[in-house]
Amino acid sequence: MTPSFPIEFCVLFLGVVLLLADAFFPDMDKRKLAHIALVWLGGFLVATFFLRPALLWASPAGFYLADPLGIFFKQFALVATMLTLVLAIEYAPVVERAIPGSKPGAGLGEFFILPVFTCAGLMWMASAADFIMIFCALELVTISFYIQVAYLRKCPASLEAGTKFLILGALSTGFLVYGITWIYGLSGQTGLSAIAGAFAGIPAIPQSSQTALLFGLGLVLVALGFKVAAAPFQFWVPDVYHGAPTPVTAFLSVGSKAAGFVVLMRVLGPFLTVPEIETRVITVLQVLAGITLIYGNLAAMPQTNLKRLLGYSSIAHAGYLLMGVASVGSPLAGRAIVFYLVGYLLMTFLAFLILIPVAKAAGGDDIAHFNGLGRRSPGLALAMLLAMLSLAGLPFTVGFLGKFFIFEAAMQEQQYFLVAIGVVTVACGFYYYLKVVRAMYWQPVPVDAAPVEFSPLGRFAAAFLAALILIVGIFPKPILDILP
Amino acid sequence: MTQVSPLLFLILVPLVASAFIFVGSSARRTALIASLVNLVFVLALFAVFQTGDASYQFVSSTPVIPSLGIALTLGADGLSLIMLLLTALVTVAAVAVARTPDKNAGWFYASLLFISAGGLGAFASIDLFFFYMFHELALIPTFLLIGIWGSGDRQAAAWKATIYLALGSFVLLLGLIGLYLIQPEGSRTFDLRSVISMAGLGVLGDGTWVYLLLLLGFGILVSLFPFHTWAPQAYASAPPPAAMLHAGVLKKFGLYGLIRIASPILPEAVTQFANLLLILLVGNLLYVGYVTISQRKLDWMLGYSSVMHMGYIFLGFAALNVFSITGASLLLFAHGLSIAALFALSGELRERTGTLDLAEFGGLAKPMPFFGLLFGFASFAAIGLPGFVGFPGELLVFFGAFAGGEPLMDSVNGVEIFALNNFQIATVCAVWGVVISAIYMLRAYRRIFFGPVSDRWKGLPEISGVPRVAIVTLLVVMLVTGFFPNLLIRLLASTSLWL
Repeated sequence: MTPSFPIEFCVLFLGVVLLLADAFFPDMDKRKLAHIALVWLGGFLVATFFLRPALLWASPAGFYLADPLGIFFKQFALVATMLTLVLAIEYAPVVERAIPGSKPGAGLGEFFILPVFTCAGLMWMASAADFIMIFCALELVTISFYIQVAYLRKCPASLEAGTKFLILGALSTGFLVYGITWIYGLSGQTGLSAIAGAFAGIPAIPQSSQTALLFGLGLVLVALGFKVAAAPFQFWVPDVYHGAPTPVTAFLSVGSKAAGFVVLMRVLGPFLTVPEIETRVITVLQVLAGITLIYGNLAAMPQTNLKRLLGYSSIAHAGYLLMGVASVGSPLAGRAIVFYLVGYLLMTFLAFLILIPVAKAAGGDDIAHFNGLGRRSPGLALAMLLAMLSLAGLPFTVGFLGKFFIFEAAMQEQQYFLVAIGVVTVACGFYYYLKVVRAMYWQPVPVDAAPVEFSPLGRFAAAFLAALILIVGIFPKPILDILP
Repeated sequence: MTQVSPLLFLILVPLVASAFIFVGSSARRTALIASLVNLVFVLALFAVFQTGDASYQFVSSTPVIPSLGIALTLGADGLSLIMLLLTALVTVAAVAVARTPDKNAGWFYASLLFISAGGLGAFASIDLFFFYMFHELALIPTFLLIGIWGSGDRQAAAWKATIYLALGSFVLLLGLIGLYLIQPEGSRTFDLRSVISMAGLGVLGDGTWVYLLLLLGFGILVSLFPFHTWAPQAYASAPPPAAMLHAGVLKKFGLYGLIRIASPILPEAVTQFANLLLILLVGNLLYVGYVTISQRKLDWMLGYSSVMHMGYIFLGFAALNVFSITGASLLLFAHGLSIAALFALSGELRERTGTLDLAEFGGLAKPMPFFGLLFGFASFAAIGLPGFVGFPGELLVFFGAFAGGEPLMDSVNGVEIFALNNFQIATVCAVWGVVISAIYMLRAYRRIFFGPVSDRWKGLPEISGVPRVAIVTLLVVMLVTGFFPNLLIRLLASTSLWL
């Protein structure tokens, strides 16, 4: 049977080939690169469905794990990358304008190729079962993101975002390595299953070791909290989301977050088997979830820029996901988190996909630039309406079911305090997501409104995402069946 | 079950019609045809409904999330059928009296149809999950209707109503999840019938907190005092058809839910917290009643009166006996029709005069006598005068509530004497409520229609055409069911409520 590890190498190889093509054919239309990448990634996506988890190759050292969860997130990463490329094709004119080169399309090639490398990193992260592997995959993702965030090199906002992301990202990497060191020092292992085995061998862990272990895990949590945009490690989010090129923002908010949560679930596994520290870890997660929910939702309310709003909303959604992580005791929690991430992918990409042509036509990405969109281009407005309602969690959309599963798991674990916070923040969410709806439908059309142009590929992707939001929201069974 | 329930057709008609409107067919005509088709269809369901059969009829079930026991299960018993009739009637009336706006006419009618579909879906659902989902379907159309085509401070009203309703429904959702989790593991389901039978077997866990969540969630949706402040503002600002559909149909969802879910499944919790509910509903009846009297604008007055009237229905629910629940169910129907007729008439009035300030009116019965007649009838119906269906409803609620609770006996010098328990005190307050509604309705009527007519209003056109037919229909239905309440009570006898 097909082993799974070549898939990542294939993606990596695709990236290298595309880079070479970009260098050796300077006169080609760079959009072709993106189209080639789309086709190949689609092919890899199909290929992943023929991987049989049971028959997979797993390394003897246990650093690579291709279980159903890992394979599912490889598919998730591929879909996210493909959508990012669709967004990037839509966004290409902005990049061309921001990077004046000797010939048209200079610098556009890498803009389409870097996400492919990120994708390989995300796919490795999905399968990483060893701290070394986690670290390497995470760095591949993060370093390729550093470049992408700062890509518009003539645009100060993008550069500022890049610098901020670089410094804080490097800091969080430091935390991660230091945390891994502590855990290694205590258990003598870096493999997650080996760590669990090391703890299982000891009848009772001494108090001092418990504290040291929690310290190490806390440092790792800080680094992962940075990746998933959890408060209080969220300071980079609004500025980076605002300054980065829109496709990168979308990729960052979906890909990076999803990978962060997979790693979080994997890393917490061995520690939650230790009864002495389990309750304390859960308490920490509860506190993180509570702060993230409150901060993300409250700070989103006064925003006037849509990209910033989506940045804060990304923090808010990290809060709901953390609520699910804090309820890991419930058998429903794992599936709830994965389902939530799937829904989050659909609605976030749809929102960013609509944002690009509207921002292009209106000359900015404020909420006010959406004024009267319901009359200017009803189709786009309808798609944006769906994305916003789904983000807010209205029934018959995938966002509602995601919240429903998370809250169900939390209630089963009797996290009543978190649930109470969640109810209030959901109401806040309605306020700020409906602000966009209000702009589109209540506000008059501005006098100087330019017609919104949207490519056929973009239209197709938007219709596809919108349809999925509704179909999965009404009839989630097929998705639930393929979930691990 | 593989058969498809006819109720699914009922829900799909408005949705398909709105799709047609988006594609480009004439908005008003499509909406009117769709709502008439639904009305005829509901009447046909009445014809084939087997009275005397206490189980749900027209049942069909499609599993959606089998692992959680969620399925799209549709079905109707007597109470659901009455609510479906109410929804269909009010939808027809709302579409009939709607004025096609200049801009976005398609969205306007599609929003009305979505609200209708939400109401129909909620009342036809046996599965609690879909019962909830369908109600939520109406939230965004309401937001758009008030925000785009409303009047006055429409933006603030739309925000307030939407946030309140979103909050209320989320609390309600937690209550429903709680109801799911107190079921024994392994047999958990959202199917109302199974939950009721589990309650009968006594296998449910402690449901006190679930009831409190349900009461709070439903309470916010029904504008239970003190969570009522969103309602008058929203109804005053909403375009008349939206106010008709929301106050007439959707708000009934919460009380319908309490009667449907809480009374058969969690009766102990209802009894335990009866005093709390009694205090709140007396707040609805007396406090909001007095606030209603002081209103100077007709739309605000009607908005507050619709909040106030919920108090009677809550009283019927709280007393939890056959009389009171039957009365509450009748009142759901009666109030839905009467408030819809009143909002329709006030909309017509605003259309003609451009104002709803009671101080500016006077003598309108002279230029528009038939309008005055209709308004008078609708006011009488709202007060609950004999002859209208509100009367048997209120009567049964009062009888039932007076018999509610444990009889309280006192003894003076060894002689046992009768004392009023809390239910009886609340009933006394509720009877006062009737007087209060008579005061404000009749006072508004006098200010608008009696007295000398000013020159401003001399040439007002009489109500005519489709709106006239629609409002007359609402009044006729109230009169017929008022004189022959057994038409409805027979249906209520064949529900699962008394099992």
